[in-house]
Amino acid sequence: MLDQTSSQIPQPAEAAEVLIHARGLSKTHGSVQAVRGIDLDVLRGESFGFLGPNGAGKSSTMKMISCTSPPSGGTLRILGHDPVEYGSAIRAHLGVCPQEDSLDTEITVEENLTVYARYFGIGRKAAKVKADELLDFVHLGDKRKVKVEALSGGMKRRLTIARSLINDPDILLLDEPTTGLDPQARHVLWDRLYRLRQLGVTLVLTTHYMDEAEQLCDRLVVMDNGVFVAEGSPRQLIERHATREVAELRFPPGDHRAVAERLSDLCERVEVLPDRLLLYVDRGEETLRAVSDRGVHPVGSLVRRASLEDVFLHLTGRSLVE
Amino acid sequence: MSVKAETGASAQPDLGVPSLRMAHWRLVYRHVVANRRGWIVFATGFLEPIFYLLSIGVGVAVLVGALPLPNGDLVSYQEFVAPAMLAAAAMNGALMEVTFNCVFRMRYSKLYDSILATPMRPWDVARGEVTWALLRGGLYSAAFIIVMVVLGLGRTGWTWLALPAALLIGYCFAGIGLFVGTLMRGWQDFDLVQIVILPLFLFSGTFYPLSAYPDWLAAVVTWTPLAQGVHLTRALTTGSPDLSTLVNVVYLLLLGSVGMFLASRRVTKVLQP
Repeated sequence: MLDQTSSQIPQPAEAAEVLIHARGLSKTHGSVQAVRGIDLDVLRGESFGFLGPNGAGKSSTMKMISCTSPPSGGTLRILGHDPVEYGSAIRAHLGVCPQEDSLDTEITVEENLTVYARYFGIGRKAAKVKADELLDFVHLGDKRKVKVEALSGGMKRRLTIARSLINDPDILLLDEPTTGLDPQARHVLWDRLYRLRQLGVTLVLTTHYMDEAEQLCDRLVVMDNGVFVAEGSPRQLIERHATREVAELRFPPGDHRAVAERLSDLCERVEVLPDRLLLYVDRGEETLRAVSDRGVHPVGSLVRRASLEDVFLHLTGRSLVE
Repeated sequence: MSVKAETGASAQPDLGVPSLRMAHWRLVYRHVVANRRGWIVFATGFLEPIFYLLSIGVGVAVLVGALPLPNGDLVSYQEFVAPAMLAAAAMNGALMEVTFNCVFRMRYSKLYDSILATPMRPWDVARGEVTWALLRGGLYSAAFIIVMVVLGLGRTGWTWLALPAALLIGYCFAGIGLFVGTLMRGWQDFDLVQIVILPLFLFSGTFYPLSAYPDWLAAVVTWTPLAQGVHLTRALTTGSPDLSTLVNVVYLLLLGSVGMFLASRRVTKVLQP
């Protein structure tokens, strides 16, 4: 399922403001090189995504961008400034929604916002007004006097997002915003993030969910092993690294390479998984008929549109979500 | 990579300079909000040293009789022990408050992570924690000094200066405690803290003068932090301050500041690797 509107949003103009600029950026934790030299420019108003499996280096990159972890090498400029030298001043313009909930469990929902506003030096009255506005925005207005512990996972995440908006940030950084949430809570969250995107907030997010990247990102990079292996809009990536459709043939678990060999001339590419074959083609139904004509009878089959999952599989030879 | 913009030509937003001069009060504000409904905990912190004082004043003092001060004056045992209880309570309060909370907020609740994502810096957090510990400890100390005065255990007007002295002791141990807290791996390390606190409490000239030790041991104990604090508060409540009390002040200030500095460096290292 592709997000049709993403192509309607105009691409940022040539001279648009570069909010995040990285060249050869790297991060080393001890002997582990988490990020190995990435080049990146994020423009104002963009919705930019890092897509990749756990351990790809997404969170390390996000921490450097949020000025809470100094780069080990390369150049990084956030809002035009060096995050090591001007970390505090830059952070005043960032909203950070971390992967793990870090809400203040000793105080109420509303106090989580007003107290957080104080950390930015926002006055008490202004903080109260802003908190009201944000609680309405994330649909938590009726929970304002409740302690954080009483909230569901989805509500906590929404509150974290509200908190990250308390300073009207230039960039909103979301690390795995919907990981661990049930489908309904994810959709509520996506709806709110989509609204922010319409309001022109620059979003930078990491995810290992393909559908999330397709829903929310104008442009994304596929990250694996600390480097970018592809970059573009969701549609561009699919066009470049997959075909229009995918014919999936299900088989009992086993080695299906011999079957793949017999069918390889029917498609542009074939991926062999333990329980199925993926045939990359332009017209899936025709391919299924051709497969049947060859005397190959899978236990099940379907045709679907290619997704970012296929892009990732092609680029790295691995599935994203194991 | 394909989709790139030229960075040189684009205008950059003016960041502005966030004022962080009093930023530690923002963390104090957070603690006030969080403790609004928890006043009962405050009561226990203030009662403990008073219980000690009463038990020793009513019971032990009768058996002991008068004791000599360093300058030769004789004081009753209550007058001798009360300032030491004040100093020990200031130490205990600051140390437990700061180490316990520091471990919890740094390792478990992730409070510091969320604060450090804002313009706040580790140094602001360290100052905020110490300020809060002092505000809290100051309330206990003030209550204790009032009880002392009511019981007639303060000899002169100098007694009131024992309040800033207690704050100073709190500052010293809050600074050290914050640093120790950043070194702790979890709750199991609290036993180690107790192993250090208890001998400090018992052997720092709290219950008997340091002259009870051999000279070399007295010289060593004199330079431990609680002995410095006890010397300071005792000089004030017994009305016998001299130049050595100034040494106490400088010592406590320095040690506390070094602790805060090391703590904020550790916070940076642990939370912003």
